[in-house]
Amino acid sequence: MYDGGKIITGLLVFLILVTVPVWFNAATHAQARAPQLKLPEGATACVEPTAEMRATHMELLNRWRNAAVRSDERFFTMPDGKVYEKSLSLTCLKCHDNKEEFCDRCHNYLAVSPYCWDCHVEPKGGRS
Amino acid sequence: MRALTALLVVAVLLGVVWLGAGVAGWHAFFGVAVPYAAVLIFLIGIVWRVVTWARSPVPFRIPTTCGQQRSLDWIPSSTLENPHDGWGVTRRMALEVLLFRSLFRNTRTELTPTKRLVYESDRYLWVAALAFHWSFLVIFLRHLRFFLQPVPQLVTFLESVDGFFQLAVPTLFLSDVLILAALLYLLGRRLLNRQLRYISLPADYFALFLLLAVAITGVLMRYVTKVDLVAAKELAMGLVTFSPKVPTVIGTPFYIHIFFVSVLFAYFPFSKLTHMAGIFLSPTRNLANNNRKRRHVNPWNPEVEVHTYAQWEEDFHDKLVAAGIPLDKE
Ligand code: HEC
Ligand code: HEC
Ligand code: HEC
Ligand code: HEM
Repeated sequence: MYDGGKIITGLLVFLILVTVPVWFNAATHAQARAPQLKLPEGATACVEPTAEMRATHMELLNRWRNAAVRSDERFFTMPDGKVYEKSLSLTCLKCHDNKEEFCDRCHNYLAVSPYCWDCHVEPKGGRS
Repeated sequence: MRALTALLVVAVLLGVVWLGAGVAGWHAFFGVAVPYAAVLIFLIGIVWRVVTWARSPVPFRIPTTCGQQRSLDWIPSSTLENPHDGWGVTRRMALEVLLFRSLFRNTRTELTPTKRLVYESDRYLWVAALAFHWSFLVIFLRHLRFFLQPVPQLVTFLESVDGFFQLAVPTLFLSDVLILAALLYLLGRRLLNRQLRYISLPADYFALFLLLAVAITGVLMRYVTKVDLVAAKELAMGLVTFSPKVPTVIGTPFYIHIFFVSVLFAYFPFSKLTHMAGIFLSPTRNLANNNRKRRHVNPWNPEVEVHTYAQWEEDFHDKLVAAGIPLDKE
């Protein structure tokens, strides 16, 4: 091998960079476990089936926002007859009153940082 | 035609993962076995590639001289175009790797309707190449959020810059738009330009179609079909902590995405895509042009027996003296 020293150094740097996830997680003792969410105590069901909510709640919020702000349609009726206001703070966070241990915990796990709270009121701490 | 061949291969790959992960439900195979195999092939393949390159001798410096070589002190030399030492080479290499400096000189040759041959500089390829590679890097680094726990600041920072305009929900990432636009341009370039179409091989199209497939499935998953990201991260974390776990709830689009990614990784070392490693070993970029300053001995030169003039003079010393021929030695 010509210039072996430099090339082997380069290869080692490459291998270390590519395998960062392995070292990093070994160092932080990370586990392949989903975050523990604090679910609302009073209610048993979300506004849509849970599995659906998990993947598409941001789209639902977007639809609600557009409906409320653009067409002034502020209420919707659940299949079981309950009526909810299409509101971020007043509906979602009334049931999910512990934002830190629900929304944030999940978002931090996946490094999502919704900017909604730049304007919308963020409930302080674990209100109960 | 050659584009169709490549498209067909990608379609077959799509069919394979559709049937395997979607219809037959082999989630452990497509979610664990295939990615592990692909990464292993990638790592071993790249190392093997680099070692084979490193074993080929480079007999002398191969400079591409676009500037004045270093000679006398009072002649200004172009240290970036024609570096004469390691520092110059490092700077030239960095500009090449980060900004594709030599691609900036790309030219286009055209025959005008009046049959005149014209050359003009063509920077579009350079722009599209930069847009593609940088957005790929940003996307690659952003994906670390699935593989690291806790997610480092760097990733969050990249996300906030990438989603700077806060358009739509979920936030539109600029890199997603850029990578698709750049890939479509690079594909269109091959398809629409006659000269390029003539020299393009199925392998050229395959790389583009494969990258497009990866990007399109990712974009669809984020903005259209949606996916349970918590489950996706569980799978990804399982892979990198060597305790594989296959959540049941991730949909087929996710498996299609990571299957295309796996194919990309496995294909990488055996295709033109290895230029990622190759660029560091390009003799015209990584060698200082010091041919005139240092002697570079060709490594495969046979051992030559030399008989110098001094030795010859020694051999015939007496005869030379007798003939009255002047000697070097005195
Ligand atoms: C009536 C009270 C109520 C309202 C209003 C409500 N949720 Fe829920 N939500 C729940 C309950 C209860 C669950 C847990 C359901 C379960 O365990 O199956 C849940 C589950 C969820 C989940 C899935 C959590 C998981 O287990 O992965 C998400 C995400 C979510 N809600 C978001 C929202 C958002 C966003 C809103 C506002 C649009 C909202 N919820 C409004 C009661 C509510
Ligand atoms: C620039 C400030 C701002 C940001 C950022 C913002 N909103 Fe709003 N939002 C408003 C205003 C103002 C209204 C109108 C309030 C009204 O008419 O009752 C509103 C209304 C809404 C409503 C309906 C009314 C209600 O009470 O909630 C929803 C739902 C909503 N926003 C969701 C979101 C979501 C989700 C995000 C993040 C992706 C977000 N907003 C980001 C300012 C903002
Ligand atoms: C089960 C985990 C989970 C829970 C619980 C959860 N989210 Fe999310 N949320 C996500 C994920 C994952 C994304 C990112 C989706 C993507 O990138 O495609 C997201 C994205 C969002 C977005 C869009 C952000 C953007 O800019 O892309 C909003 C708004 C949002 N969530 C609001 C909420 C609110 C409000 C709650 C609490 C009531 C909540 N979420 C609870 C997982 C969760
Ligand atoms: C070179 C490799 C890869 C490329 C180029 C790529 C490309 C993309 C792109 C362009 C997106 C659109 C959204 C975004 O930019 O974040 C995306 C989304 C996604 N990718 Fe990849 N990907 C790669 C590897 C992977 C791997 C290995 C996984 C396995 C965990 C993965 C899982 C996902 C998921 C779950 C999404 C959806 C993200 C969301 O909804 O926000 N990708 N990918």
